[in-house]
Amino acid sequence: MAEYKEVYLTSDEIKTDDYLVNMGPQHPSTHGVLRLLVKLEGEKVLNVQPHIGYIHSGIEKMTESLTYIQIPHLTDRMDYLAAHMNNEAVSLCVEKALQVEVPERAKYIRTIFDELQRIASHQLWWCAFGMDMGALTTFFYGLRDREDILDIFEETCGARLTLNYSIPGGVMFDIHPNFQRDVKAFIKKFRAKLPEYERLLTGNVIFRERTKGVGILSKEEAIAYGVTGPSGRASGFSCDIRKKQPYSAYPYVKFNEIMGTDGDTFTRYHLRILEMFESMDIIEQLIDNIPEGDYAVKMKGVTKLPEGEYYQRVETGRGEFGVYVISDGKKNPYRMKFRSPGFSNLFAINNIAKGWKIADLVAIMGTFDLVIPDIDR
Amino acid sequence: MKEKIGKDYPIIESHEGGSIITTKLDDLLNWARSNSLWPLTFGTRCCAIEFMAVGASRHDFSRFGMEVARATPRQADMIVISGSINYKMAPVLKRLYDQMADPKYVMAMGACAISGGPFYYNSYSIVKGADHVIPVDVYIPGCPPRPEAFLFGLMQLQKKIRHERYFSAKKVKK
Amino acid sequence: MTNDSLIQSISSLLPEAQIKMGFEYVEAFIPVDKLHDFMLQMKNNPEMAFDYLICLTGADFPDHLQVIYHLESTSHNHVIVIKVKTIGRENPSVDSVSDIWPTADPHENEAFDLLGIKFNNHPEPRRLFLDDTWGYPLRKDYQDDVHIVSR
Ligand code: SF4
Repeated sequence: MAEYKEVYLTSDEIKTDDYLVNMGPQHPSTHGVLRLLVKLEGEKVLNVQPHIGYIHSGIEKMTESLTYIQIPHLTDRMDYLAAHMNNEAVSLCVEKALQVEVPERAKYIRTIFDELQRIASHQLWWCAFGMDMGALTTFFYGLRDREDILDIFEETCGARLTLNYSIPGGVMFDIHPNFQRDVKAFIKKFRAKLPEYERLLTGNVIFRERTKGVGILSKEEAIAYGVTGPSGRASGFSCDIRKKQPYSAYPYVKFNEIMGTDGDTFTRYHLRILEMFESMDIIEQLIDNIPEGDYAVKMKGVTKLPEGEYYQRVETGRGEFGVYVISDGKKNPYRMKFRSPGFSNLFAINNIAKGWKIADLVAIMGTFDLVIPDIDR
Repeated sequence: MKEKIGKDYPIIESHEGGSIITTKLDDLLNWARSNSLWPLTFGTRCCAIEFMAVGASRHDFSRFGMEVARATPRQADMIVISGSINYKMAPVLKRLYDQMADPKYVMAMGACAISGGPFYYNSYSIVKGADHVIPVDVYIPGCPPRPEAFLFGLMQLQKKIRHERYFSAKKVKK
Repeated sequence: MTNDSLIQSISSLLPEAQIKMGFEYVEAFIPVDKLHDFMLQMKNNPEMAFDYLICLTGADFPDHLQVIYHLESTSHNHVIVIKVKTIGRENPSVDSVSDIWPTADPHENEAFDLLGIKFNNHPEPRRLFLDDTWGYPLRKDYQDDVHIVSR
């Protein structure tokens, strides 16, 4: 009888060939039509190569035949979770070039909308991230509260997602008479809810095991790869445009730029939760002090920017969004470039995910909060 | 005593005692099919977020039987094209559609999927309407369509399914 | 550093650079053959320390193409715009800066994809958004009778 012997192998001794796995473009965890070419050794990720362009729509070319009043309405189709910030970026850029001073009321309204939008965006991210990690509850909780914000948007500007609210010169309509009451009611409700949501994931053992210390991005790498927004701040890269180059009503409010130090998946997650608290603080400082007056200055239908180049940066839910306009004095821009936060963030993934397991790749990608049309434009 | 169940299913009749119903096989199939439409998780642009919102707490399309979103086309009954399709994506969409098992249904959600929407003019890479790629059953206009509009579109699709004939096809007169 | 001292230190660093004050930021035109060395200095010179490449893009002009770099220093908080003109429009090429700022890698691929600017020594040149058979859509002479209507 042959002798029975137990053999233990460590994972280093089991050798497999490298193989390529194609993730996407239709894959539930890529949040859209991103395609990742992942090179694996066993379960270990050796290399990630993002392939994009599955939703490229040539917005930059389209802007060359649109007027400056029309362009903002196209931009909320890029980063639809931060539609208002995108509108605002173009509006600010045009206002800056024309040296138009926007009424104070419009500035306050814009900032409140910015922060509401940020909460909505982070909420949606939170519920999608929970789903990536296998927690379905977050999906229902997150979208439930998001509906309240969408109701507020809808009351004022008629749209739920693609707001088209900020236009060069101010905002499109005045706020709804119920706006202040509704926002305050929402904040009161959400302040009570958010700690509960935080506990749902933050204290969860499985969640912590999967995220703590996983996918670390150092500060130097974050700067070198241009990773901005909550993902960059989690690594300690102070990149909040609201602090660096304040716009709209941000100079009037006191708030903290929330920073992390670890730069791992957990920090990126937790930082967004804390940012929602901070956003509520900002709204509370502004909501009672909206000044009376006009909500927009009158602009001509066809606006011509003086010759030159203009660059405007704003902070969206995902990071630094930039609008770069080269104007030749005509009614259409000569060249318009949108610097989207997701584009730079995405290409840092290879650097982070290398060496981790493929399941961690999904978590890492989740914390980057990728919106694919924002990347592809 | 014959009792008709629901106004949408006039042909399903339950008899006394409740344990016997008479119906046509077609109607039974359509009844089952139209009430368990499983969509494919396929979202390209902003409309996909609205699609998620319809699936979540407030609007909740599982009331209509559109219960679980499947991540693989082989298990899905329908595909909701939520967003624009460009020339790079079109072959992928076609392939996903081909992988789905019959009977399969397609809903075009939003202006982008119907005609190219905001990207109709001057966009060099957008296909002007998803129906250039795969056949579409129901079009839901809007940019993005409201959740109510989506639910209405879903009901239209169900109506369409209920009128399908497999076994009792009318003879074509020569 | 203020904009004035930026202008001064750049002109001492590279006398050939044409510097002008733009609307908000300093804009400097650099000769295309000096680009890589100059950029290396911009990053490593402790006075400048431009360690964050915000945005890299290109633009099409009638007789040349331009590559435009927006740089920021995270320690000094100043921003500068660097531009290079390519020689001609037929075979435009610029040295890649992706060894200095890794984020330049995808941005340069994007500029190559949409404008057809070649980046020398790029580690992984490929078209990002479009197929290899497409033209360069952001060029002003891009022809597409089906999709583009000129108004
Ligand atoms: S129809 Fe409008 S909302 Fe829907 S995907 Fe297209 S642009 Fe986005």
